[in-house]
Amino acid sequence: MAKKESTFANMVLTLLMVTAIAAFTLSMIYNVTKEPIERGRYERKQAAISFVVPEFDELKTRFFMPADGRDSLEFNFAYKDGELVGVAVETYTMMGFSGYISAMVGFYPDGTIYDVVHLQHEETPGLGDKIQKDVSDWSDQFQGFDPSEKTLKVRQDQGDVDGITAATITARAYCDAINRAYLTLMKNLDQIDMSLEE
Amino acid sequence: MNKVKIIIRGIIKENPVFVLLLGLCPVLGVTTSAYNGFGMGLATAFVLLMSNLVVSLIKNFIPNKVRIPSFIVIIASFVTIVQLVMEAFLPDLFDALGLFIPLIVVNCLVLGRSEAFASKNDTFSAVTDGLAMGMGFTMALTALGALREILGSYSIFGYSFVEGDGMLVFVLAPGAFIGLGYLTAIFLKIIGER
Repeated sequence: MAKKESTFANMVLTLLMVTAIAAFTLSMIYNVTKEPIERGRYERKQAAISFVVPEFDELKTRFFMPADGRDSLEFNFAYKDGELVGVAVETYTMMGFSGYISAMVGFYPDGTIYDVVHLQHEETPGLGDKIQKDVSDWSDQFQGFDPSEKTLKVRQDQGDVDGITAATITARAYCDAINRAYLTLMKNLDQIDMSLEE
Repeated sequence: MNKVKIIIRGIIKENPVFVLLLGLCPVLGVTTSAYNGFGMGLATAFVLLMSNLVVSLIKNFIPNKVRIPSFIVIIASFVTIVQLVMEAFLPDLFDALGLFIPLIVVNCLVLGRSEAFASKNDTFSAVTDGLAMGMGFTMALTALGALREILGSYSIFGYSFVEGDGMLVFVLAPGAFIGLGYLTAIFLKIIGER
């Protein structure tokens, strides 16, 4: 079959056809994958929340602005039998070696840290990825950490957190993210319902 | 052209990474571990295969002057499909490759094969070529990823075999260049090109 001439009408028609078919195909795929993608994101977040707070039976979500006034942080208040047992804060930092790191930090109602788990990061594999629970137990040191008595900084910055070998910037950034969650929690302490009223 | 010849050419004689040196951005960027390299290779191979197939099927309907934009739209569509499907069903791999998946669109290897081969040959040859080039690309990325993982983290496919931190330089960007340089030299020596 002879090749189509490059006339103006032919070119417009061809491009129109190609883009229309592509757009149609993509919208079909998008519809198929939309649900599993959203479910996956939701499940990962729920798993992170239940990982960083004690057992709970009811969850309430509110947003508070951090002290430095950037994006608001998502606070998930966990209640058991109507009493507040923990707060899971979705926090972030821009100080990572590759910029953005987000983490879920869980506090007891008195401000002591229950546990921390990372949500998203682009740190160097083999070095900065030690913030991941499945890579290293580095972040276990935050369990039971009381930021009112100790300083949420790495030792190089006169703090009480052990750094990561060859990834001090990442460790420093992780402390920054946790500290942001802690400061915001303390600032808004008077607005938090310690128990649910029926 | 003989199909066996096309396969041998794609994997060995014109290996996209070690001989043609095409698409080096993902090669250097994602090969911090063998698993990442393998995943990226398969994603690129799929896009190569599908875009070669479609381009060779519709090559006679595409006027010459608009063939490049048409090819790019086709390639971009398949890349988006890969991205959506991977995020939906392989979230771990998606987290690791993240940024580099959309970059397959501008991988000159994919457009290069569409333009240089698929738009001039019959469908079966084009599919064979896409498959062979994809396999060559995947093998190269897996090899480089494995080398960097072994030297940099003392592990292979995530299984650690020696305790310790490994040679840091191989995990970082310079290690990618060093590793690629040595692998290319060894590869060319073996196939007797230099």
